[in-house]
Amino acid sequence: MELTRNLPQLQSLLCRLSPLDWLYAVALAAGGVYALRLYGGYMDVYEKAILAGTALSMAGLGWHWKAVRMLMAVIIGVSLWSISLYQGDLARADQAFLLKYLISSQTAIMWMCFLFAMAGVAYWAGLLARADGVTQAATGLTWSATAMGLIGLLVRWYESYLVGSDVGHIPISNLYEVFVLFCIITAMLYLYYEGRYATRKLGAFVLMIILAAVAFILWYTFERGAHEIQPLVPALQSWWMKIHVPANFVGYGAFSIAAMIGVAYLLSSKGMLTRLLPPADVMDDVMYKAIAIGFTFFTIATILGAMWAAEAWGGYWSWDPKETWALIVWLNYAAWLHMRLIKGLRGPVLAWWSVIGLLVTTFAFIGVNMFLSGLHSYGTL
Amino acid sequence: MTRHSTARAIYDLLSSMRFAVSLLTILAIASVVGTVLKQAEPYANYISQFGPFWFPVFEALGLYDVYHAAWFLAILGFLVLSTSLCIFRNGPAMLREMRNFREQATERSLQHIHHRAEYDFTAAPATVIERVTQYLHSQGFRFRTVARGESVADTLIAAKAGSYHRAGYLLAHSGIVMICIGGLLDGNIPLKLLQLSGQKVVETRDIPQSKVPPESRLSPSNLSFRGNVNIPEGSSASVIFMNMADGYFVQDLPFTIALDKFHIEHYSTGQPKDFASDIVVIDRETGERFERTVRVNYPFIHKGVAIYQASFTDGGTRMQLKGWPLLSPRAVPFDIAGAVNKTTSIKSGDSEIRLELSDFRAFNIEDLAANDDGSRVETASVSKKVMGQLGSAAADQSKKDLRNVGPSFQYRLRDAQGQAREFSNYMLPLLLDGAWYLLTGVRATPNESFRYMRLPLDADGSVDSHMRLRALLLDERVWPEIARRFARNAVAGSAVSAQLRGRLTESAERVLQLFAVRGLDSVVQFLEKAIPVADREKAADAYIKVLEGVALEALQLSRERAKLPPAPFDEQTLRLVRDSLISISDSYFYGAPVYLQLLQYEEVKASGLQLTRSPGKNIVYGGSLLLVLGVFAMLYIRERRLWVLVKPAQGRVLLAMATNRQTLENEREFERHQAAFADAVKG
Repeated sequence: MELTRNLPQLQSLLCRLSPLDWLYAVALAAGGVYALRLYGGYMDVYEKAILAGTALSMAGLGWHWKAVRMLMAVIIGVSLWSISLYQGDLARADQAFLLKYLISSQTAIMWMCFLFAMAGVAYWAGLLARADGVTQAATGLTWSATAMGLIGLLVRWYESYLVGSDVGHIPISNLYEVFVLFCIITAMLYLYYEGRYATRKLGAFVLMIILAAVAFILWYTFERGAHEIQPLVPALQSWWMKIHVPANFVGYGAFSIAAMIGVAYLLSSKGMLTRLLPPADVMDDVMYKAIAIGFTFFTIATILGAMWAAEAWGGYWSWDPKETWALIVWLNYAAWLHMRLIKGLRGPVLAWWSVIGLLVTTFAFIGVNMFLSGLHSYGTL
Repeated sequence: MTRHSTARAIYDLLSSMRFAVSLLTILAIASVVGTVLKQAEPYANYISQFGPFWFPVFEALGLYDVYHAAWFLAILGFLVLSTSLCIFRNGPAMLREMRNFREQATERSLQHIHHRAEYDFTAAPATVIERVTQYLHSQGFRFRTVARGESVADTLIAAKAGSYHRAGYLLAHSGIVMICIGGLLDGNIPLKLLQLSGQKVVETRDIPQSKVPPESRLSPSNLSFRGNVNIPEGSSASVIFMNMADGYFVQDLPFTIALDKFHIEHYSTGQPKDFASDIVVIDRETGERFERTVRVNYPFIHKGVAIYQASFTDGGTRMQLKGWPLLSPRAVPFDIAGAVNKTTSIKSGDSEIRLELSDFRAFNIEDLAANDDGSRVETASVSKKVMGQLGSAAADQSKKDLRNVGPSFQYRLRDAQGQAREFSNYMLPLLLDGAWYLLTGVRATPNESFRYMRLPLDADGSVDSHMRLRALLLDERVWPEIARRFARNAVAGSAVSAQLRGRLTESAERVLQLFAVRGLDSVVQFLEKAIPVADREKAADAYIKVLEGVALEALQLSRERAKLPPAPFDEQTLRLVRDSLISISDSYFYGAPVYLQLLQYEEVKASGLQLTRSPGKNIVYGGSLLLVLGVFAMLYIRERRLWVLVKPAQGRVLLAMATNRQTLENEREFERHQAAFADAVKG
């Protein structure tokens, strides 16, 4: 009964949609149908469902957060353009000027790294110099970096099929690829909060964690050559990967943002940058929001992981180090949410907790791969 | 009375949030232990890791299988109890709260609410009420209108939205309880209980499964299990093994699995692409047959038992081997027939050694370019490095030289004292530095990597020339003959005295003698001892020249004896001679008197299957669904209550809003309502 009462809200949402919103949705649907006609023969029913689900959720995301419509248009347009420039030949990435220096997969990802670095500098300059124009530019740079990263991944997806038809796969299968994904998702989550709560000044802090990931990507590329496309081991050849991994990274990204806001909060409460940063209650609230969304997605991701494990490893829970650390992360944030929501705890304790939470999360994400062995060893250093 | 209050105190503690959060924390910390210490390893590993003192201490603490230790399960049990009590304690109130409109709220209590506003209204009271209710409806609120007061006709509109927030609490917490119950059901608790009562005992002996006594066997009706079995191609299995502590249980299956064929496919880069087993499952009760292929990510489920592709190994590949005695001049090569996982004995001189064939691999894809480009990357400048990384992310194939170098097999040779060395030999020759060799690797312990000895091949691609030369060089009976020939040929064509010839023969014999002790090593040692430093280099040169000349003569003599034409005097022959000398010298460090050459094989693969029955799975999935719904409802449905008290007598409207938590959204929402009400009350 309650749900029917919620209908007015839904109706009002639909009423608020502009023609552009509908055009966006129709374009997404058309793209989905086209992809299905083109490649449907190679997909199983789950992959088709994921395609449909992606189109639907992207439509919903774009309706709710208008800026995404533009982002989608840009990344899809540029990626298709890039793909057309390849003419089905990998070597073109080194020959065609636009590909070599702008929109081939590796180049686009390098551009993403560069733009994030610029954005980080601009956010800090804007924060310290109280120059709103500069922070505005920083926001623009973050958007462009995000777009470049997404273009890089989409083109990489296509490239992997050029490497070999049996090699092709969605580029979220190893540590290098998920680090790019992490940068993108963290940036997008932050941009959402920035737009919604006018917390542009927190960008300086959030960009620090993104830049740490960027530094890792660069080291991983130049020292280890980890950017090379590798075929999938049998355990990863599953449609589960397409939903498990992104859901996990929404979690990781959101927890990272919460921790960086925690840092800003603690500095501000110690009297540093207090006048430059947003008010404490706003930071506190955004930190809660980030952990809430992170926790929701992390819960879903862990459950999806368990369901996948049941198919690939023979059991939904094996107390594998990665699983166990995922549980530890989950328990940590569950305790955080209990303290805040039920006990009403606020302030520096929770900020400290979310900073420490990031250490736990980082260990679950990278530490497990470095120090512990187990079933889930898909990214090694 | 005190008794009652103690029970009450315990109940309060167990159902308290403080207790639950403490449990979450303890569970998290306890879980870390099991990730730091490798779980369920063979006990021997732990003994060597911790020593005899700590090993039993850690064993008693259950650290080798933390997640099934009694104390860990107790924590989980407490978590279930605490969560259940929490639901029991707060659930009814929450449900009541969900339905309740709180229309009993008094004006005085409304005055204490943080979010409140008052308006003077000019419109007719009925109009105000109608507008307010319309507005509340449009905002998704449910409401109840009650008349207030006896003398004055006040009206209270009590509204609420987002009540499902509270349902979220119930859903999430019941979800957790369900997940834990399902998990405990699939854990080995029933088995643990049987073990505690002594009805089931872990089998620790390495005996055929048919000999395992009933107290270590589990019947097919066992509710939940998870175990493994390796089935060679052409064989079948009707049991699996569940490893536990320092032994195992044998789980009888309700069916028999026969492995027809195991497939393994590789990418062109050598990484595995697909593992698949063609199996036939034959139900033991009905006799039904199911022919299926299980592969990674695609299990087959029969009678609630899921069959997964877990691993693969060799299933007893049969091999035809040729044994070459390495350091014995008189022995002739001999044939051995063996199979992986079988043991044969070989006669070596007077003693016997045991050959344990351990593994066989039909493909070995190696990057042959990897040896020689170590320093390439370092020299590039930064800008070049960056430019090099632009473009496609495809692996640069020009840097690699991936090749399938053919089959290899591994074995251990164990002497009479029980000492063993491990060997790994390639079947096919490899082209290394421009010449072809057979490679044999050796290591003393499994932690080391193999060190390889090269056996050079002749122009026909056969190792025979080298082996004949080897035997002759070590055969003291032919040394005079070799030395004589060497002296004769060395000075052929020139008239020299018998004395010089005699000296040459003598030194040739001495070199042969020296070489037969420990190869080039003993030659070097001799030089270091007998020749002063100043002359050493020159002398070494001379010795090596003599040694090579002698070896060349030996090669020709060996060919003569084998009724073959003499080898041409060219670079290839010289290289064969030199490589032979190195190879013989290496043999002294090889650690085995015999080299095994693989002639033929008949591969038999074995598939490692994992079988599980987990009736708790659906409970866990159901619980997970509730958990997700619950988390979503708790975090994203905001519960709001609005009260509108219309007081016609004073011409005032009181608006109050209560929420379950303070967020920026709620602040904004109240501002929105305030603005809307300011409009609604206007005339």
